[in-house]
Amino acid sequence: MTNFLQQCFNGLVSGSFYALLALGLAVIFGMLGVVNFAHGACYMLGAFGAYILLVEAGVTFWLALLIVPVVLAVFGMVLERLAIHRLRSLDPLYNFLLTFGVTLVLQDLVKREYGIQSQPYPQPRGLTGSVDLGLFSYPAYQVFVLVSSLVVCVAVWYVLTRTRVGMIVRAATERPDLTGALGINVGRWVTPVFGFGIALAGLAGVLAAPMRAVNPLMGADLVIAVFAVVVIGGLGSIFGSVVAGFGVGLLQALANLYAPTIAQTLVFLLMAIVLLWRPAGLFGREEAMA
Amino acid sequence: MRRTTTVAVAALSAGALLLTACGGRGGPASGGGGQQGAQISGDKIVLAVLNDQSGVYADLSGKNSVEAVKMAVDDFKAKYGDKAVSKNIEVVTADHQNKPDIANTKAQELYDRQQADVILDVPTSSAALAVANVAKAKKKIYLNVTAATTELTGKQCNKYTFHYAYDTYMLANGTGTTVTAEGGKNWYIVYPDYAFGQDMERSFSAAVQKAGGTVIAKDPTPFPNDNFSTFLLKAPGLSPKPDVIGTMQAGGDLVNLVKQYNEFKLREQGIKLSVGLMFITDIHSLGPDAFAGTQFTDAWYWNFDDQNRAFADKFKQRTGTVPTFAHAANYSAATQYLEAIQRAGSDGADDVVKQLEGYSFNDVFARNGKIRAEDHRMVHDAYLAEVKPASEAKADWDYEKIIRTIPADQAFRPVGQSGCTFS
Repeated sequence: MTNFLQQCFNGLVSGSFYALLALGLAVIFGMLGVVNFAHGACYMLGAFGAYILLVEAGVTFWLALLIVPVVLAVFGMVLERLAIHRLRSLDPLYNFLLTFGVTLVLQDLVKREYGIQSQPYPQPRGLTGSVDLGLFSYPAYQVFVLVSSLVVCVAVWYVLTRTRVGMIVRAATERPDLTGALGINVGRWVTPVFGFGIALAGLAGVLAAPMRAVNPLMGADLVIAVFAVVVIGGLGSIFGSVVAGFGVGLLQALANLYAPTIAQTLVFLLMAIVLLWRPAGLFGREEAMA
Repeated sequence: MRRTTTVAVAALSAGALLLTACGGRGGPASGGGGQQGAQISGDKIVLAVLNDQSGVYADLSGKNSVEAVKMAVDDFKAKYGDKAVSKNIEVVTADHQNKPDIANTKAQELYDRQQADVILDVPTSSAALAVANVAKAKKKIYLNVTAATTELTGKQCNKYTFHYAYDTYMLANGTGTTVTAEGGKNWYIVYPDYAFGQDMERSFSAAVQKAGGTVIAKDPTPFPNDNFSTFLLKAPGLSPKPDVIGTMQAGGDLVNLVKQYNEFKLREQGIKLSVGLMFITDIHSLGPDAFAGTQFTDAWYWNFDDQNRAFADKFKQRTGTVPTFAHAANYSAATQYLEAIQRAGSDGADDVVKQLEGYSFNDVFARNGKIRAEDHRMVHDAYLAEVKPASEAKADWDYEKIIRTIPADQAFRPVGQSGCTFS
């Protein structure tokens, strides 16, 4: 039983990353209708950002946790203004290709500078021990990751559902034309929302640095799984992406334990099943697909 | 997306295949150059390095292996001067992206269009075996350096394929046997679920059992994978509790696993970590302290003796980085290949094979090196190494302490067991 609970906990830690990334993708898709393939690369940039800050300037993990997402948000906004914005009137496939290209460029730039091998990143001081969770003890850092991810997800949910800004963003997501007709400048919100989605990916990257391999390809495989997560949750559904993120992480950990052979393909199997059963995803509405 | 990519890659490789087929038809004039004495096809020797130049093996081998081969060519020219069998020696290169289909196409292209006399390096077992088939069909020499599979000198061996540096038997035999003999009786093995991992798991299980240990559990893991907690948490609960976790992961996956192994503090719970295949670049990735005390088998270490250090210095001047064993082995393979041509006075594949088979030598990479005629395995002294804590390092990249030398005749799979018949 303890073992089972421990494994569930593992799954939730994996899910923390899925949820943060999926949340960013969902927000971006909802507002812009853009499938941002560069999300994995931004996650990688987040981890490298933390690494570079540490090596070049001695900036600690805690500061990096603040600085890196802000820098990436600015990067995201510039990218949106300079490139993505210009292709929005065309078929969504163009932006998909654009962001795929951006991914390759970013990966290769980092590869050029740091090579393919992983870079060392120490655990932050204060989180190196373990925490007693009653039934079992667990590495403090991983508990921290889980808690941070939950806090961020809840905060985003709160902002979107309980504040005026959130209301505007949600309205603009659902019916941009109607929202515009009510006198709200929808275009003004597009760029910050994109930047915010990218910042979430960067945050996930910083969180990953102490516990995962920091290398140029770290986001490349993850992003494919995260796409599946977003589809399972329902494209553009904020709530769905978070639930699906944690859910997929959980199921994957259990599959690792009980059915290792399917663990790797599990997320895609789930996606196929969900699509057959509910083509719009678990929490998606048909409208969101349009 | 995946499918689109797959289709695109498939289309590209099909295109490349067509090109090769057309290019191949013309073919270079083979053998029979009119010169008396030296018979060098096309009046030049072409060494081709086929490896991973952008993926997971790009740092431990990659472009710097090409540089190592160029170094070998320069040193060969300097050594023989006017007496060299040919002064016209070229090094060409291609990226196989670790994919067997691309490796297959590229190998054909290198042999046919670029007139390569030999293909070197080729990491990734599946790609390495694909190239072995091409070498066999084209009757051209192939010196594999960075792949791990024992199949190259086993059932899938052929007359033109040689295996340099290391293989899964060497790694398992060195590490598995020693760690078991030193008290790590109960093993829990985790391995990535693809050809290399499965091969490693078999080799390690066999070595552990032979040394009197037990493999109490083994689990295939997804590849690639960034969360190994499931397996690491399972370990202390196994009965009997394992003494050693044997990980067969490589590259980024290995780094993930070791980070998490340290987080779960398994060493403090009396479960040691043993790594199947480790390159010095892996130690560098995590910093030596994360690995300190971990034992593994190494094929070559730059800071082992003066000869190695001298090579490392020269290599560092050219590339800016310390050589891995793969770099040194590529240098050695290129050197021994050129020396064989020098002795044969010809670059005809059959003449060179005759010179390589049974040849014994010592060079900067291989101590007590010998190319076995029976299965084309190049055997040499291997080393049992331990990762030093950072406090004991005396120089940059000084990460290893060599515990003992495993003599060449014990380090590799005995001849009779290979199942190689050259049929």
